[in-house]
Amino acid sequence: MPQASARRTAFRLARDAAFGVALAVQEYFALLLRVIRSCFTRPVYPGDLVQQMDTIGVGSIFIVVLTGFFTGMVLALQSAVEMEQFGATIYIGRLVGASTVRELGPVLTALMVTGRAGAGMAAALGAMKVTEQVDALRTMGVDPVRKLVVPRFVAALIMLPLLTVIADLIAIFGGLLIAVLKLGLTPDLYMRSVYTTLADNGFVLRYIPVDLVQGLGKPIVFGAIMALTSCYYGLRTEGGTEGVGRSTTQAVVTTSILVLATDYFLTQIIIVFLL
Amino acid sequence: MNEHGDRNEVFRSEVREEIGRELAVASPHADRTEPTVSLRDVHLSFGDNHVLRGITLDVRQGETLCILGGSGVGKSTILRLILRLLHATAGDVLIEGRDITTVSHHDVLELRERMGMVFQGSALFDSLTVRDNVSFPLYEHTRQTDEEIEHRVREVLSFVDLVPDDVLDLLPAELSGGMRKRVAIARAIVHQPPILLFDEPTSGLDPITTHTIDELILKLRSELNVCAIVVTHDLASAARIATESALLLDGRVIFRGTPEEMYASEIEYVQAFIA
Repeated sequence: MPQASARRTAFRLARDAAFGVALAVQEYFALLLRVIRSCFTRPVYPGDLVQQMDTIGVGSIFIVVLTGFFTGMVLALQSAVEMEQFGATIYIGRLVGASTVRELGPVLTALMVTGRAGAGMAAALGAMKVTEQVDALRTMGVDPVRKLVVPRFVAALIMLPLLTVIADLIAIFGGLLIAVLKLGLTPDLYMRSVYTTLADNGFVLRYIPVDLVQGLGKPIVFGAIMALTSCYYGLRTEGGTEGVGRSTTQAVVTTSILVLATDYFLTQIIIVFLL
Repeated sequence: MNEHGDRNEVFRSEVREEIGRELAVASPHADRTEPTVSLRDVHLSFGDNHVLRGITLDVRQGETLCILGGSGVGKSTILRLILRLLHATAGDVLIEGRDITTVSHHDVLELRERMGMVFQGSALFDSLTVRDNVSFPLYEHTRQTDEEIEHRVREVLSFVDLVPDDVLDLLPAELSGGMRKRVAIARAIVHQPPILLFDEPTSGLDPITTHTIDELILKLRSELNVCAIVVTHDLASAARIATESALLLDGRVIFRGTPEEMYASEIEYVQAFIA
């Protein structure tokens, strides 16, 4: 009898958990649809959009620069150890260029911006929710999704690719420093190597390197995931200040996992269709 | 059920019977003018939790209805139903003759513009100055020029006994509790809505500030002829400002009448509540 009771309890808990997850997924995609619809209908809030572009973009430049710089340097350093054994250090530029532009630039930028701006979005919206500011907006006839979520969503879509370009350039520059100062390569040789690897995978529409399509397509998707997930957790915050902390943590963890998982699937799609 | 629970249930059923005899469908002071806000047999349940069980209330222009009752009895919930921040399980909520429970999302936004809400915690937007907070509804819903809006903001701040030049550029965090409440009232009345809703407007305030807020609510009735619904725990405050009071118990209105009638009521629960 106790075993049957335990089984029933376990079954009920599993069923409730599955129901909760299904409901959350449904709400998440319902929010996505509302955001997309609101992007193309009035009223719009250009002032809020500019403010969010400043917060997400300009505010994240410093950490993105640092991330790119040290990532590029450490990539060059680590690969040099292996490549020196085969006398292949002239290919350092290829390795740094390819791995940065295709993968590390978009993913690390998304993760760093999530830690900074995504957490900020969840916390700001969560605080607004628990202090009834979101309800205040609704009572004034203002749609909170349109006013609060859409500017953040669009700003993330615009700023994340730009930040990724900055991270890529800085990472390549970091690799250059190591290649020149530690490995004795010339800047010209290193940069030629970087260009070669970007050109090797071919071009889309004759002039756009496929690697660049990967490198700039992914951040758009990551930006959408970051903004939507952060706003989703922010707007469903409950339970006072403790709830705000919980939402912020959930937003960052969920976004990070979604970014990494989505990166895998996007890479698969790109390999199948573009390479 | 234990003896204590039995006695409670008996007491409640006695109260309900007594109320059934005493109460008219709406107000004993009902007149022939159309009610501005009208709740008709409104029910609200969350699963098995029945919060409201058939609320019927009418409030007309120039009236101030105070909703009284113990904690968790559903007082603030009524305000949320009026604004359709919550959906009634059953019943009608008529705003100026239109049922807000059945109109489209667009019409809900329109109807909400006819109302002003003062939240318990003021719900001022943290990141905006007093000027931006108060002018927010005007920028959202009117096409007035900056000069006209500035003039109107100064006018309402003066109306709520604040010195515009002293507070316009302050952030909500820089205001005292009483000043925040007054700014919240200014924001609620800036677009001249005919209906005002107050959720615990005097909670957490000292007696002098409470008196000031009460005076302000009286002034709103006498000078602007608004229809006001005030949720409060504060009996003294309710006695000062209410044209009528409604007392809630177990999700039902068990008393409706003027403050004088309330103090003279022989209903046991009313007497216990007043005591």
